[in-house]
Amino acid sequence: MEKFEELAKVMDQKELSPGIFDLTLKTEQIAAHAVAGQFVAVYCNDKSKILPRPISLCGIDREDNILRLVYRVTGEGSGTEEFSKLTKGDTIKILGPLGNGFTVSSKKALLVGGGIGVPPMLQLAKEMKGEFSIVMGYRDAGTFLLDEFKEVAKTYVATENGSVGTQGNVLDAIKANELDAEVIYACGPMPMLRALAAYAKEKGIDCYISMEERMACGIGACLACVCKSKEKDEHTNVHNKRICKEGPVFDAREVEL
Amino acid sequence: MNTSVNLCGVTLKNPVMTASGTFGSGAEFSEFVDLNKLGAVVTKGVANVPWTGNPTPRVAEVYGGMLNAVGLQNPGIELFCKRDIPFLKQYDTKIIVNVCGHTTEEYLEVVERLAEEAIDMMEINISCPNVKEGGIAFGQDPKAVEAITKAVKEKAKQPIIMKLSPNVTDITEMARAAEAGGADALSLINTITGMKIDIHRRSFVLANKTGGMSGPAIHPVAVRMVYQTAQAVKVPIIGMGGIMNAADAIEMILAGATAVSIGTANFTDPKVSEKVVAGIEEYMRKYGVEDIKELVGAVQER
Repeated sequence: MEKFEELAKVMDQKELSPGIFDLTLKTEQIAAHAVAGQFVAVYCNDKSKILPRPISLCGIDREDNILRLVYRVTGEGSGTEEFSKLTKGDTIKILGPLGNGFTVSSKKALLVGGGIGVPPMLQLAKEMKGEFSIVMGYRDAGTFLLDEFKEVAKTYVATENGSVGTQGNVLDAIKANELDAEVIYACGPMPMLRALAAYAKEKGIDCYISMEERMACGIGACLACVCKSKEKDEHTNVHNKRICKEGPVFDAREVEL
Repeated sequence: MNTSVNLCGVTLKNPVMTASGTFGSGAEFSEFVDLNKLGAVVTKGVANVPWTGNPTPRVAEVYGGMLNAVGLQNPGIELFCKRDIPFLKQYDTKIIVNVCGHTTEEYLEVVERLAEEAIDMMEINISCPNVKEGGIAFGQDPKAVEAITKAVKEKAKQPIIMKLSPNVTDITEMARAAEAGGADALSLINTITGMKIDIHRRSFVLANKTGGMSGPAIHPVAVRMVYQTAQAVKVPIIGMGGIMNAADAIEMILAGATAVSIGTANFTDPKVSEKVVAGIEEYMRKYGVEDIKELVGAVQER
């Protein structure tokens, strides 16, 4: 898959919920070549920050070459804080599209997102072909992107404090609403992915999870962002797969969680 | 204008190489960089058998740099010879294979396996701070440095570069030991051991607790060590440590490096190695430098 290093132009940016930003970028080629579940590496203008930040694609407009990134500001002085200050007309260096992305099937599906794993599921929801429903997990009532999911398909919500939808996690919402599927697509924190993988195994259904790890190069050269694989990986020749290259989306059966 | 340099009998078209561990075997970066433009590609360290490396997280960003504790994950010499060397042979660049091991025997097994391979040089990693046995254990004692260098030289068919650690009291002592052991060249510096703590979780950021620091913040330390080493030994030096652009590379050459390696900067800009080549040429034109050799160690007292 071809990758491009570009100076993307900021078209718009807004704060969806405290600390969650929605950045729209005009690219030259990246959007036109991207698929749901892939990510871009975003470079900081602050030269003391030498590593790009991997950010998933929340929206892809291939025709107009526009990408939408929804991300969380990770703290004061962070790279993401720098990105959150970008305004219309600014430029930012990005590299992508990176990673493999989701493979859409026409099986009855559940799209599950948790926390900052919510955004990439929106583009996937828009590309789904068969019957599917959506389950989104949030910490509290800051349910960013929820209205947009509801426009695409029936959407269920879980919040940790019970302020919206089912109190608990996404698995609690799946059980409470007696949702069934032949395949699960998920992105979110590791405990959520682990629980969904176990649930899928128990039900005998497919489960594809998007994983994250601290990255450096983003293109598969440095071996920083590996996860453990059940089988020996063809490229690494050990039981490790590169999340930025073979992933970030894996069949839950092929990785050790 | 001549940008070629001679590194122990091997002619590089220019002094720019990639630093081991940051560039794989070039395949991933070849989408961004024309490998034909580089003086040499230095591969990620390879051992006699595949190594799994350390648990994650393996990297952390720090101010002006990063820490890594990848732990020399590698596919082992057999797959490397079958896949990575033929890949690099497609390009008009020199191939330098970085070799790692836990014991002298493991280093020698790789060195012997590479004897008949079409590679140009080997770089022996006796300075990795992220593995418990081998690596740096060989690089912090001058007697051990001399012994491993000698053992490798006896078996090697290609010129040998010893890669030195900055995590020592006096790097020139290690450099002299490597030279005494018969090293054809030295490369320095490897990463500086560091640590980062997550104050919110009150835990180490890296699974390995410590990691090797690289990036622009260590550049002045590297320049100083290259300068000191250049005063202490006769063998050529490959300078590395936080080179982000052509200016940093030229600084290293003026300090006494015959060639330079670009490492962490590849993560900040995947095209940087080629840009450094172009930037050096621009500098030479600007200052009327006919031959890059005029610049090696040309720093003067003010």
